[in-house]
Amino acid sequence: MVQMNGVTMVYDNSGTTALQDVDLSISEGEFVFLVGPSGSGKTTIIKLLTGEIQASEGEITVNGFDMCRIKRRKVPKMRRTIGVVFQDFRLIDDMTVYDNVAFAMRVVGTSEKVIKDRVPYVLNLVGLDGREKRRPQELSGGEQQRVAIARALVNSPRMIIADEPTGNLDPVRSLELMLLLEKINELGTTVLVVTHEKELVNAFSKRVIAIDGGRVISDGMDGYYGYENE
Amino acid sequence: MKMNKCGYLIGEGFRSIRTHRFMSFASVAVIVACLLIMGSFSLVAVNIDRIISDLEKQNEVVAFVSEDYTEDQARALQSKLEAVDNVSSVTFETRQQAMDSFMKDYDKDLMEGIDQSVFRDRYVVHLKDISLMSQTKDALQKVEGIDKVNAHIDYANGFITVRNIVSAVSLVLIVILVIVSFFIMSNTIKLAAFSRRQEIGIMKMVGATNGFIRLPFMVEGLVLGILGGGLAFLAEWGLYAAVTGKIMETIAGKLVEVVPFSTISTPVLLIFLGVGILVGGFGGVNAIRNYLKV
Repeated sequence: MVQMNGVTMVYDNSGTTALQDVDLSISEGEFVFLVGPSGSGKTTIIKLLTGEIQASEGEITVNGFDMCRIKRRKVPKMRRTIGVVFQDFRLIDDMTVYDNVAFAMRVVGTSEKVIKDRVPYVLNLVGLDGREKRRPQELSGGEQQRVAIARALVNSPRMIIADEPTGNLDPVRSLELMLLLEKINELGTTVLVVTHEKELVNAFSKRVIAIDGGRVISDGMDGYYGYENE
Repeated sequence: MKMNKCGYLIGEGFRSIRTHRFMSFASVAVIVACLLIMGSFSLVAVNIDRIISDLEKQNEVVAFVSEDYTEDQARALQSKLEAVDNVSSVTFETRQQAMDSFMKDYDKDLMEGIDQSVFRDRYVVHLKDISLMSQTKDALQKVEGIDKVNAHIDYANGFITVRNIVSAVSLVLIVILVIVSFFIMSNTIKLAAFSRRQEIGIMKMVGATNGFIRLPFMVEGLVLGILGGGLAFLAEWGLYAAVTGKIMETIAGKLVEVVPFSTISTPVLLIFLGVGILVGGFGGVNAIRNYLKV
């Protein structure tokens, strides 16, 4: 599913070393937390996994795609195998909830007939049935993030990458959202959640990869938080 | 591409035009203005060209036959002269005809007593291309039986210079105006793309191909370009009819003949639409280049 071997990332423009010799492996169907302080390299890992940037050194494979040698025209195909959720939701304000989700299917060329079947199903799965005609501004933060998750899920990706998905939510909504991601994982989708919310991570008994200074400092199932002493 | 996909993309292009009504109007207005200036200048150039070629036709070369040739011998030269390169027509004039036409232009009293033997049999030669007048003059002179050739090379060069200047100025103006329209169109769509950058980002993230993302912007550019080209054509038509109408009413209209719009309407329409399509299409694609790099 995800395999990173000896990955180093140095940004050309600033010369900053964001990742150093990172080895990482995530198997099909896993639920993984990626934790670490700001500037530790979490976002760089996400950008590498989504093909936004290419590693300076090392090997990366995502859902069978060799991310170091992937041709530009193949990147869209690779991205259809992952769904990304952002901290700021990134919904389109002048579209309804339904259209925001359907949009992700339309832009990959899915027929309206399939869209009509699939969107209500996904909205129901994330607990948003009855909200189809609302616009993002009419929803709470938690609901908006659910729309974003529905959009990430709608094309049936093999993996969901959530970048600080609870960053803008209160603790109760954060927990609800995490439970939703857990449910999605139970349905077979691999989930990678990037976060720095210690309590939330420790509330789940999941694999936690801690990263700091561009290096993996711990990888275990005990909820250990890599920068606990900070 | 599937029909539903195509319909969606075209619909998106039109949606963007509606959403950015003012900027769309501005782009069309700019294209119309640029095409109108460019078109008007070109039409002036076409008319000047026409006037010059009419004048060129009147610019004749006269080849005088040797004095010792009889009229029959002189007539026999016709085919030899016609065979010379760049000669479009050759008309024979006898001594008598030459004298008659001379007499017409001058006071008869002064010319009293002049005999036709003073004149020579001659050929009036018209050329295909007056820029080659000098070479043609030499070639005509080499024909046996031709004593002397009179050609107004200076006049010919004057015409050529005027024509070259008009062509060069029109070309430079056309190029400048096409570039200006391209950038303004591109900028308009850039604004549209900027306001939709988040949408483009989401499209990229869910795996839309660059071609798919580019197409609505291209549709937008093309629609605005075609609209601009079409409106500019109508405006040009009206303007040309009005201006040439005024010219024809004046004395200038009696001296020169303007090219009727009907004879040039098809190329003007095609060029306007062509420029509109190119400026719009490329403008649209250029506008979102930066957003597709992610």
